[in-house]
Amino acid sequence: MKVSIEVNGRPVAEEVPDRTLLVHFLRDTAGLTGTNIGCDTTSCGACTVLLDGESVKSCTVLAAQADGHAVTTVEGLSSSEGSLHPVQQAFREQHGLQCGFCTPGMIMASVSLLADNPKPSRDEVRAGLEGNLCRCTGYHNIVSAVIDASGQEVDR
Amino acid sequence: MSIVGTRVVRQEDQSLITAGGTYVDDLREEALSGAAHAVFVRSPVAHARIESIDVSEAKAAPGVLGVFTAADLGLDPHAAGPVKEPWLADGVVRYVGEPVALVLTEERYQLADAAELVDIDYDPLGAVASIDAALADETLLYPETGSNVVQVNGAKEFDDGIFADCDVVVSTTIVNQRVAPAPLEVRGASCAWGDDGRLTVWLSTQNAQIARTQVAMSLGVGEEKVRVIAPDVGGGFGAKIGADPEATVLGWAAKEIGRPVRWVESRSENLTSMTHGRAQQNTVTVGGKRDGTVLAYRLDVIQDAGAYPRTLFLPTLTELMAVGVYRFPKVETRSRAVVTNTTPIAAYRGAGRPEATAALERAMDRFAAELGLDPAEVRRVNFIRPEEFPYQTPTGASYDTGEYAAALDKALETAGYAELRAEQKRRREAGDPIELGLGIATYVEITGGDSGGESGRVDIHPDGSVVAWTGSSPHGQGLGTSLAMLLSDQLGVPLDKITVRHGDTDEVPKAVGTFGSRSLQLGGSAIRQAADEVIAQARELAAELLEAAPDDLELDAERGVWQVRGAPSSSVLSWAQVAETAAQGKLTADVWFGGGKPTFPFGAHLAVVEVDTETGKVELRRIVAVDDAGPIVNPLTFRGQRHGGLGQGAAQALMEVVTYDEDGNPTTATLADYSFITAVELPDFELVDMATPTDRNLLGVKGIGEAATIGSTPAVHNAVVDALAERGVKHLDMPTTPIRVWAALEEARKGNAR
Repeated sequence: MKVSIEVNGRPVAEEVPDRTLLVHFLRDTAGLTGTNIGCDTTSCGACTVLLDGESVKSCTVLAAQADGHAVTTVEGLSSSEGSLHPVQQAFREQHGLQCGFCTPGMIMASVSLLADNPKPSRDEVRAGLEGNLCRCTGYHNIVSAVIDASGQEVDR
Repeated sequence: MSIVGTRVVRQEDQSLITAGGTYVDDLREEALSGAAHAVFVRSPVAHARIESIDVSEAKAAPGVLGVFTAADLGLDPHAAGPVKEPWLADGVVRYVGEPVALVLTEERYQLADAAELVDIDYDPLGAVASIDAALADETLLYPETGSNVVQVNGAKEFDDGIFADCDVVVSTTIVNQRVAPAPLEVRGASCAWGDDGRLTVWLSTQNAQIARTQVAMSLGVGEEKVRVIAPDVGGGFGAKIGADPEATVLGWAAKEIGRPVRWVESRSENLTSMTHGRAQQNTVTVGGKRDGTVLAYRLDVIQDAGAYPRTLFLPTLTELMAVGVYRFPKVETRSRAVVTNTTPIAAYRGAGRPEATAALERAMDRFAAELGLDPAEVRRVNFIRPEEFPYQTPTGASYDTGEYAAALDKALETAGYAELRAEQKRRREAGDPIELGLGIATYVEITGGDSGGESGRVDIHPDGSVVAWTGSSPHGQGLGTSLAMLLSDQLGVPLDKITVRHGDTDEVPKAVGTFGSRSLQLGGSAIRQAADEVIAQARELAAELLEAAPDDLELDAERGVWQVRGAPSSSVLSWAQVAETAAQGKLTADVWFGGGKPTFPFGAHLAVVEVDTETGKVELRRIVAVDDAGPIVNPLTFRGQRHGGLGQGAAQALMEVVTYDEDGNPTTATLADYSFITAVELPDFELVDMATPTDRNLLGVKGIGEAATIGSTPAVHNAVVDALAERGVKHLDMPTTPIRVWAALEEARKGNAR
């Protein structure tokens, strides 16, 4: 079927098999490989993107379901002049990433979390990111990054 | 001013946070255009004879480019300990997840449909699904060997006489459960043969050069015919050392079909087919005097090696590190490794040392409990003293430096140990169903334990830029930034003019790569040595240019300029000016640092848990960690390594376990079933710094990659048992899940405590 999705502000329209997952549409059709695949049970969150501003796991959304909607991936966060989004900036500053594989999903989930709760506590960040797995950081610095991005002081 | 020792954000981050990096499945190289997609058909049964394989229907499916089995390959099987492991199962399957056939298709979405059509008839053999079943030797994985025991090491017979003088002897059998390394990026590889007859393999690996050698040998071609490139690698934790068998099969297949091939496994495949870690059963016996002095210690290790014993160093490394931080007069160790119909076991963060520490630290707590002494006190009585270093252990390790008592004191002081004990007592007196538990672990581990070397190359160009190549293969550790910091200090060149490269065997032909927390101490020393050589070259050239004797020249590392010593007003030369005059058009040194000796980082962890005795639920409230790995290059990444280690260590104590049913069927084969730890189960970490240098490498550093994993697992484990101690529980195995805690309490209530 023909699927048209506005990806990071750019319309992408292609004929794809009906069963195409959104994550494969983004990676293979739109050519945006920043969104990663870490599991096959919607458990890890590596593939998290924003669909009309809400975070979704793009391995569990059909491209067809996103037809006519807008998707933002990690590649779409920085401004066109290349300056980093505050969440990207904070992940770097707080060492909220190591191998980087969970990072695009973690960043997108964090953007969504902060949209819902602009000044979260550390416990609220932990609860909000429960669906995003990281094997490297022990989560401490990811929590710090979200606190930092929210404009609150990081005290540990 | 030195930047080594200051907090520097990573050079690695920019592409990872803006474009998600470039992992193996992200590659869109020209050489891979038109690549076939690959999937392995894997055994759904643990142990069976393959009666027949019919690939005809699969071959006829839409888009199929090839279906291959062992009969097609014609490659000699590779050695797995004393037995052979075929590239694709040959006649017999020995674990669920073992690759049996390879299917190649035009499109990714055709893979699953075609793989379904490969018709394999299995005739089940009995499954050996546990260590006990393996030792029974009723069903043999390799009948020709006569036993499932594939390696024995250490004491032939134990001597009970070593405990003769002891007032108290305590013995416990501890299961160090099988866990999944589960890097967020699963395994993947892409293979393309060039017109020049060379194979390029893009591989998610910790060791491109080892992988190159393995793949070349397996395919029967010279090393120069194979190039391995490690792109961004999404975590390894020991499970991506070298090349797994799949890489060889894919390289073969790419040649067979005359097209490039790309492969990425699913997470379910990853959880059954990537090697697992730990999987030991350890019986510890500790005996000593009533004042807490240990007189004798025995460690009996049984290693479950899985179906194909790929890395049999794990149990012997556990023996080597058996005595930890303590001076035990009499020590006995033994290890046996057995094969079972389960996923092969290999390295996982710590690889042999966490098992030694977990056994020992549980034993010390059991000993202390038996004596009615505080576990901190019993440890203090037995620590190796600072003045005893270098210390030769009875098991053959040569410890470099250590301040074990100081590390414990720091941890306890930071945590407020006395107040916590008082709070624990208050709760007990009040009959609070939420018990407080305090767990101590003091540890020493071995890094760079392979005693091998590493390569390093440094080039300085006429534009003043520095490019360094390391044989290490960082994949999240931030080593590139650390090496750039070392070079910046040594050469006086700003960080933004330094690039560190790694992971391409054409650029770095000889190297070992990353495992065993070896990278900074060996890879860093190699870079230091290469920079030393570049400085020596520059001294000669600068001397000519400034018409002075080489010995009179000095490098001003503050400004990055060469000048005549004692003549600050004389002219100076920049690195660019010196490099311009070099005969090769640049200054360059390519070295091998071969003098690497193992180092022994150490530390002390205190974990605080709350256990709900009505539901069995454990909450990890605090973990205070002292981890001493010598001088710190970048506190940012040093702390990051400790955080990750604490998370994975706590995960093993609290939640994670790979399980099989009695027929060898995996029951934790998805991330919906495997209890991968999340942000919710972990607290903020409390880190305390301590830095005791070593004299065993050029930088004085020890490795930090695995240390915190090693300390945290027994600390959290001990805390859970401590919480339940007053209720009669003496031991329960990891992971300390609610059902296990509840069951242990029930048994204790009935008077059946272990």
